[in-house]
Amino acid sequence: MKKQLLVSALENGTVIDHIPCDKTMDIVNLLKIYETDTTAMIGYNLDSKKMGKKTIIKIADKFFTDDELNQLSVIAPDVSLCIIKDFEVVEKKQVIMPSELANLVKCANPKCITNNEPMKTLFHVINSEQGIIKCHYCEKEQNLADVKIK
Amino acid sequence: MSENRSVITLAHLTKEKIEYLLQMAAEFEKHPNRKILDGKVVATLFFEPSTRTRLSFETAANRLGARVIGFADPKITSGTKGESLKDTIKMVSNYADVIVMRHYLEGAARYASEVTSIPIINAGDGSNQHPSQTMLDLYSIYKTQKTLYNLNIHLVGDLKYGRTVHSLLMAMRHFNPTFHFIAPKELEMPTEYKMYCHNNNIKFKEYKEFSEDTISNADILYMTRVQKERFTDLMEYERVKDLYILNNSMLGKAKENLKILHPLPRINEIAADVDDNPHAYYFQQAQNGLYARQALICDVLNITLQDIINDKTILS
Repeated sequence: MKKQLLVSALENGTVIDHIPCDKTMDIVNLLKIYETDTTAMIGYNLDSKKMGKKTIIKIADKFFTDDELNQLSVIAPDVSLCIIKDFEVVEKKQVIMPSELANLVKCANPKCITNNEPMKTLFHVINSEQGIIKCHYCEKEQNLADVKIK
Repeated sequence: MSENRSVITLAHLTKEKIEYLLQMAAEFEKHPNRKILDGKVVATLFFEPSTRTRLSFETAANRLGARVIGFADPKITSGTKGESLKDTIKMVSNYADVIVMRHYLEGAARYASEVTSIPIINAGDGSNQHPSQTMLDLYSIYKTQKTLYNLNIHLVGDLKYGRTVHSLLMAMRHFNPTFHFIAPKELEMPTEYKMYCHNNNIKFKEYKEFSEDTISNADILYMTRVQKERFTDLMEYERVKDLYILNNSMLGKAKENLKILHPLPRINEIAADVDDNPHAYYFQQAQNGLYARQALICDVLNITLQDIINDKTILS
């Protein structure tokens, strides 16, 4: 109930719930929410039984592709997603780590070509549960916890 | 742009492809001087100096009748003016049929192969891959042992930073080897390569001690240089650089077929008194690089083993 009071309900759009508060801006940047021309609401530091504190983002009249949403798994693998139509939740989703991360994160290897040339990065996901990825270019395996969002 | 016939790494090559390339190298060893690349231009772009690799590639191309363009010193390139690698590769692609490149950045050759339609041969990208070295190592093993199967291969020295031993390990996965890793703790084989061994059913043992007994069952003794340029901590370099030195006196119990390999240049890890021992093979190994590189250049240019066998351009 409290949640509904703090962040108003959507008629149509996407709700991203259970975002760790410190990942809020990363999610905003990743989905380029600042570029949407519809209403977006960010509820920050909301009480959560599961997480203590959390962020909810609601974006009106915006429906992302699965590929776009699955990118969130890099930052916050435990977010939950609701698709809203006519004030009703018509679909619930969890994000799935894609097999490749295209231009999402920076390689942690300073001697990698991707950090020295104006180009896109590409990583292959080796182990999605442990967050182990491998740079397509320098072939160094690294942990998602150690890499920065591009 | 889809990947062309470039050689960036040997890690994904099939057993059949490796054996095919070795057969090609054997044909070139029989007849290294030909005109099979007459009319072709090979560019050698060395963004990082490497005299012996460059000379080997250029000799390989010249002996097959190709013309060679390129640079040996990155200071003379537009890279120093801020030109991107992509622009340099695209520009050279207008002139050459194949680019052989060495670069100090890891992944540079992979990226180059994605921005041009002509094939790239990776002649070393930082500490990442050096496939032509691996091919000549495989050819040397095959030539001296008459097989690649079921061999005891002892890798000695810098197993942490040494890219040649990592590439060799991956390329040998098809041939049921037993590896023996002999290195100090600071330079031991990285966990990811030990995991690779586990995942590919490659047997291996690890040793701290480098002695006559440790190498008595070796078919191949692969020595490596502790490379100063790979260390960020020079104190660590000074501590480990002299620990694993091979002397002639350590070869008393060696198997008859043992051959000693080294990617060169050596500093002091093989004593000079080993050079005249019949087990020493590192200088012939370097010569094998010529034939291995001739095979790689021809393969990326779509010249087949059959073309090489039927070649009418052989010079006496």
